[in-house]
Amino acid sequence: MCSVCGCGGGEHRIEGAHFHYDNPQAPGHRHDHGRLIEIEQSILAKNQHYADQNRADWRRRGIFTINFISSPGAGKTTLLVETVKPLKAVLPVAVVEGDQETANDADRIRAVGVPAIQINTGKGCHLDAHMVGHAVGELQPPRDGVMFIENVGNLVCPCGFDLGEDKRAVLLSVTEGDDKPVKYPDAFASADIMIICKMDLAPYVDFDVGKASALARELNPALEIVELSAKTGVGMAQWLNWIKAGAANSGGVRCTN
Amino acid sequence: MHELTIANNLVELAADHARRLGTGRVIRINVRLGKLCGIAHALYFCFGPAARGTLCEGAELQITEVPLTIHCEPCGGVKRPRTPFNLRCPDCGRPARKVLSGREMELVSIELASQPAATAATRDELQPQGQIR
Repeated sequence: MCSVCGCGGGEHRIEGAHFHYDNPQAPGHRHDHGRLIEIEQSILAKNQHYADQNRADWRRRGIFTINFISSPGAGKTTLLVETVKPLKAVLPVAVVEGDQETANDADRIRAVGVPAIQINTGKGCHLDAHMVGHAVGELQPPRDGVMFIENVGNLVCPCGFDLGEDKRAVLLSVTEGDDKPVKYPDAFASADIMIICKMDLAPYVDFDVGKASALARELNPALEIVELSAKTGVGMAQWLNWIKAGAANSGGVRCTN
Repeated sequence: MHELTIANNLVELAADHARRLGTGRVIRINVRLGKLCGIAHALYFCFGPAARGTLCEGAELQITEVPLTIHCEPCGGVKRPRTPFNLRCPDCGRPARKVLSGREMELVSIELASQPAATAATRDELQPQGQIR
């Protein structure tokens, strides 16, 4: 049994060593009428329980956490690399990477001198609070810092799974459709900030920034919006300031700049 | 694919309650699913494999679907959008800021076999796949 959360079944592997799998016995099938038990509980109550534990744990350690959600290829990892490079000079940073396969993204983060851990979800399409809790236990992110969690590239499934993050960022690149906020409303309705990225490509594509922003704000009036290019640096200062302000407000985080 | 996770969570939750009550096998699971979840068919499909080897194996899954309703501020009323993937008011066309129903994903009740299961299920928990590196 795992000492962190007591999990004992299913499949779970950390750094290639921690693996549990059970071989259940099936009870027989009978047709009968039974006792009705009222429950009235969210099906994702367990995930919520782990998410609440994560949030309490990270807050106790003064870690400000941002969960990144976007389509595959929107530029999450590129933005993260360009974000942690300047940020690590003023705040301790760490990154949790989620992908179905490979450790390529965690390697890109480690290459710029920032601690990172990769979660491979296999056939899974999203991160959940349980696997992220284990990953963070391995990563041991520095106290009083910022932790980024890059979710699996998917605008649908990750939205229903609270990981325990303080803030949720949704990325929309200009090479996608400007109507994505209405096509994938959950992603935009549940986010705190929308980053319209790859702005350096805006002159070459038909993406209407005003339309995308208006559609997103109709769903989520409080949504913060940043237009950004990780390549040219446009919008980076605004984005970094948003992170620093969030870290300062989350309590316990000391920003040295 | 997140339907399988949801099916696993449902099975785990129902089995936990059955185990806590000490009566064994679950024969029926009643679930409330909002239209916006859009996973009713997929959940039926995933439920069997998810329940295999648990106290819920062989249980009947009953899903009650909750319609999507929104509150339209300009019209000042409760509306039912024409399609579940369009959060706009069917009358004025404005997007809704408040979804009143349609996001539910709840275990309503379970029905337990009157006789304890002959074989105690040993599967404590189902965890999603995850490999950390």
